[in-house]
Amino acid sequence: MFDERTMKRFSNSKASIFGLGLIAAYLLLALFAPFIAKPRGQDPYQMPQAGYSSEPQKPSPEKIFGTTESQYDLFYGVVWGARTAFKIGAAVIFVALAAGLIIGGLAGYYGGWADESAMRLTDIILAFPGIVLAVVIVAMLGPGIEKVIFAIAAVSWPAYARLFRGDILTVKKQDFVTASRLMGAGDFWIFTRHILPNSIYPVVVVASLDIGSVVLTAAALSFLGLGAPAGYADWGQLVAMSRNWILGSAGSPFAYWHTLLIPGGAIFLFVLAWNLLGDAFRDVLDPRQQ
Amino acid sequence: MRKFLLKRALMLPLVALGVTFLLFSLTGLLPPEMRASIYMQDQRELTPEVMRELIRIHRLDAPMIVRYGSWLKNLVKGDLGYSETARMPVTSAIKTYLSATLELTLFAIIPIFFIGTRLGTISAVKKDKWPDQLTRLLAITGYSLPTFVFGLLALMFFYGWLGVLGPGRYSFETDLLIHSGAFKSYTGLLTIDSLLNFKFGVFIDAVKHLLLPAGVLCFGSVAMLIRITRTSMLEELNKDYVRTARAKGLKQSYVIAAHVRRNAMIPVITLVSLQFVRLLGGVVITETVFDFPGIGRWGVKAAQQLDLAGVMGFSLMSALLFVLANTISDVLYAVMDPRIRYGE
Repeated sequence: MFDERTMKRFSNSKASIFGLGLIAAYLLLALFAPFIAKPRGQDPYQMPQAGYSSEPQKPSPEKIFGTTESQYDLFYGVVWGARTAFKIGAAVIFVALAAGLIIGGLAGYYGGWADESAMRLTDIILAFPGIVLAVVIVAMLGPGIEKVIFAIAAVSWPAYARLFRGDILTVKKQDFVTASRLMGAGDFWIFTRHILPNSIYPVVVVASLDIGSVVLTAAALSFLGLGAPAGYADWGQLVAMSRNWILGSAGSPFAYWHTLLIPGGAIFLFVLAWNLLGDAFRDVLDPRQQ
Repeated sequence: MRKFLLKRALMLPLVALGVTFLLFSLTGLLPPEMRASIYMQDQRELTPEVMRELIRIHRLDAPMIVRYGSWLKNLVKGDLGYSETARMPVTSAIKTYLSATLELTLFAIIPIFFIGTRLGTISAVKKDKWPDQLTRLLAITGYSLPTFVFGLLALMFFYGWLGVLGPGRYSFETDLLIHSGAFKSYTGLLTIDSLLNFKFGVFIDAVKHLLLPAGVLCFGSVAMLIRITRTSMLEELNKDYVRTARAKGLKQSYVIAAHVRRNAMIPVITLVSLQFVRLLGGVVITETVFDFPGIGRWGVKAAQQLDLAGVMGFSLMSALLFVLANTISDVLYAVMDPRIRYGE
């Protein structure tokens, strides 16, 4: 899958390099968050508040991004929000991928009723628009980052399970698998030594490129008031806080532009970066476009 | 063909049953007192005695499968309980809100279809030249910019700055007029009803309130259609019959219009019904941003206030529409492409 020619085509695409650079920048921001925006309280994910007035403050030399509703510091929120984004993205992909690999693997390898019941389960979950089921699950569990992670993972794993199952079905029929079986190899050996190495990469790549859309869904849940708890450094919540201020003040309609554009821009660039990477991968790997 | 249609028709109720079971088992996460509320027509009557009585009648402390059975029985009878957030029974709430959502999605799907197929075609024909680059830039912006950010930006410009195109479904004057008794509701779609009532002011008001949310929905969803049209067109353009047609001396524009587009549209048409379904997910956020009284805004409100009956009704409705549209899309695919004969 990743031969030299593919990688060369990939690195020739300016868009993918731009995407990769953006992701690297966000990763650095997330890693060095404690140095870039020093935490003041007990919980570093809790955004500090500069006062008690509800009206947002404009960007100024000491608060370079200004503050949003309830005086939450936007710079702090954006920096630690990057950490939240990676935390949610990585955790969701890890959980969803693990579930997808186990369920899809059992279904594809054993077939029969295991396959039938697993696939009908994915049918049912895929019968919902993803965001709708996520909203229902979070509503039942209550707000909180772990619950958001669980809800998004619960709606994402079926896609990975199906993809992995499909790849296993193709590999299973290959001659080397039959040969290994004739030589007396057991299920576990065949699965781990022959099937897994030949079928796991596509689903892992697809899943890791989904981090952008996972973060987008998480931000949407927070925006709807169903995600991060109040004051948690989260881009979606920061956008939600700007809702009361988009009309500006009398005579200056864009007085509070920063409360929307700064956190909104942070989400946009993050998702854009992952999409650029994903598009580049698809173009490079699509045999019809060569 | 008939066998395939029959199989799909039989699958539909099975998936629907699975959906009800999944949703019901999710309510198992809540304590019995909470679950009692989905059986009530009016929450104000939910006193501790009634609660105990409800738990006893519906055996809310019984094993889940028993509870599921009695809930399903009510569902079949058309009794989905009472939605606190909508202040009406769930079935009436669905009736009220669904027409608003339907109107919004219709206003979005038509431009999505025309803009998406047009830009996708241009993008494929001019592959790697500037029109293609520009279209792809537009598309990737469309699916990277969160709907709620774009929606708020649109409100900031049009409502905050220019003072036009406000949130909601209609203005205060229209509200008075359509609830006055002189206004008859035929379809529930305000744009059509207003014309049937010869109230052109209402029509213009309704369109004005649809423009922004429909535009935002369109911008977020058109990218997918552009991409599919582009890929499909590129695939067709590389085929031998195109070279033959060109070799015969036919003009490139004629070949594209008469040959390539027709074949390339097969996957695209079927995807439009899927697009419709994607919009049903999209309205959850768009309706909330624009305070548009549709099924999505109701669902979010119900989820925020833990109006269990509302959440169940909303998600059940979305899932059923989703499954139905998926089935239609599959059937369309089989009907349109004679090469596809599932399982024959």
